[in-house]
Amino acid sequence: MRSVLILGGGTAGTIMANKLARVLKHKDWQITLVDKTGDHYYQPGFLFVPFGSYRMRDLIKPRTRFLPESVRYLQSGIDHIDPEKKTVALSNQETLLYDYLIIATGADIHPEQIEGLADAEWGRSKFDFYTPQGAERLGAFLKGWQGGRLVVHVAEMPIKCPVAPLEFLFLADEYFTRRGMRHKVDLQLVTPLPGAFTKPIATAALDKFLARKGISVVPEFNVARVDNQEKKLVAWDETAVPYDLLVSIPTNMGDASITRSGLGDELNFVPTNKETLLAEGLRDVFVIGDATNLPSSKAGSVAHFQSDILLENFLQHAEGRPLPAHFDGHANCFIESGFGKGLLIDFNYKTEPLPGKFPLPGIGPFPLLQESRINHMGKRMFRWVYWNLLLPGWPLPLGAAMPTAGKRMELLQRTV
Amino acid sequence: MATLEVLGKSLELDADGHLAHLNDWSEDVARILATQEGLAELTPQHWAVIRYMRSVFEKEGDAPSIRRLTKESGVDTKTLYQLFPKGPAKRAAKIAGLPKPKGCI
Repeated sequence: MRSVLILGGGTAGTIMANKLARVLKHKDWQITLVDKTGDHYYQPGFLFVPFGSYRMRDLIKPRTRFLPESVRYLQSGIDHIDPEKKTVALSNQETLLYDYLIIATGADIHPEQIEGLADAEWGRSKFDFYTPQGAERLGAFLKGWQGGRLVVHVAEMPIKCPVAPLEFLFLADEYFTRRGMRHKVDLQLVTPLPGAFTKPIATAALDKFLARKGISVVPEFNVARVDNQEKKLVAWDETAVPYDLLVSIPTNMGDASITRSGLGDELNFVPTNKETLLAEGLRDVFVIGDATNLPSSKAGSVAHFQSDILLENFLQHAEGRPLPAHFDGHANCFIESGFGKGLLIDFNYKTEPLPGKFPLPGIGPFPLLQESRINHMGKRMFRWVYWNLLLPGWPLPLGAAMPTAGKRMELLQRTV
Repeated sequence: MATLEVLGKSLELDADGHLAHLNDWSEDVARILATQEGLAELTPQHWAVIRYMRSVFEKEGDAPSIRRLTKESGVDTKTLYQLFPKGPAKRAAKIAGLPKPKGCI
């Protein structure tokens, strides 16, 4: 009997548990999944909670509902991994042995990493929407807000769902317009990036969008601290941005158990081979989803594409054969742009998001980098797809490799 | 193809305006790149950061983040931003003759 241990039952861990349970013979394999809490959250839905279009209780389901019966589920925190002994010590004092380990411990926000962010006024004039509590508190606050300067601030990269700050601003523009108070609200994005996004063609398109909606951008702002007295963000070069309401995307970090195990980089992310998804320098350990240090986006779509690659490589690795599958960095993100419309971007390590069409048999095509109603429908439909198809690991008409068909690849020629 | 003229030699640049070839770098090249970035002179502290960045890149194939720079180069964050205003990781990488840090998308 051989064992595979999955740490974390979020998007990546749950998909892997389902896919492995379907192909590994039950008499030969024991699959175990550990997570510290019993609730599975539909994280892409958090964005909508502050604006009242989703309720938090509609985004939570019991974790075990999405795990097959053949998978042993343990609810416990993780103390540390010992890759030499091939064991994992749990917070409940139990120690698990593994033959193969899959780290899917994700990423969380850490407001305490920025001086002055977490200690005063957090939850009063400064909020997040990356946690259930944060999104709900912000929603309650917005209902009674009379307007002023609303600053959406990205503390440092990488963050989960790098387009969420933009979507928040687009939805805020709609929300305040519908309430007849848009003229009383200044919307601003403050980011360490050179523009709205990391890649030039998408940045140009998104900057245009932001400008059209009257949302200003302060790029290359590297925050040193938050001044709670004067309510302003202060950068290392002492430039400052004042706010009345700060919607913060604090530093994102990997799980503390990764650091306790001595396996993380400076943000607790696990150094991972960007193609095979094996942990660098460790034996029989794979890493998937937000827990990796890969230069791909931290997003559910990425975890999903990686799961196809990981499954294929896992099965070969378990037979002692070379790893056949190579992850190309594929990500696919709907971007809500407000007023019932959305954009779609599709990209990988090598190819930045381009305009064109995204083919999807039976449903698409979806326009890329252009506003349309179908992209919004895609995003709203996705919650059903997530619970019913994606988490159970059923095949979707979206391959792990990024399709080039439909994309205006000629726009890339300048960089060749 | 953009190039950088240094002491009569023409060095190839990549799409981001960084040196295309790691081995084209020299201290003279660094000084010219620094001028382009608006840095009048390179102090010993600048050089310490630049050399540290090159050593990480040679070992790992990517430039270190600011967090790692402050943790391992012995220069604190505030000083880093004084040395290389507006984005030390990116600017120091350029002057060090490295490609733009991959960072994250």
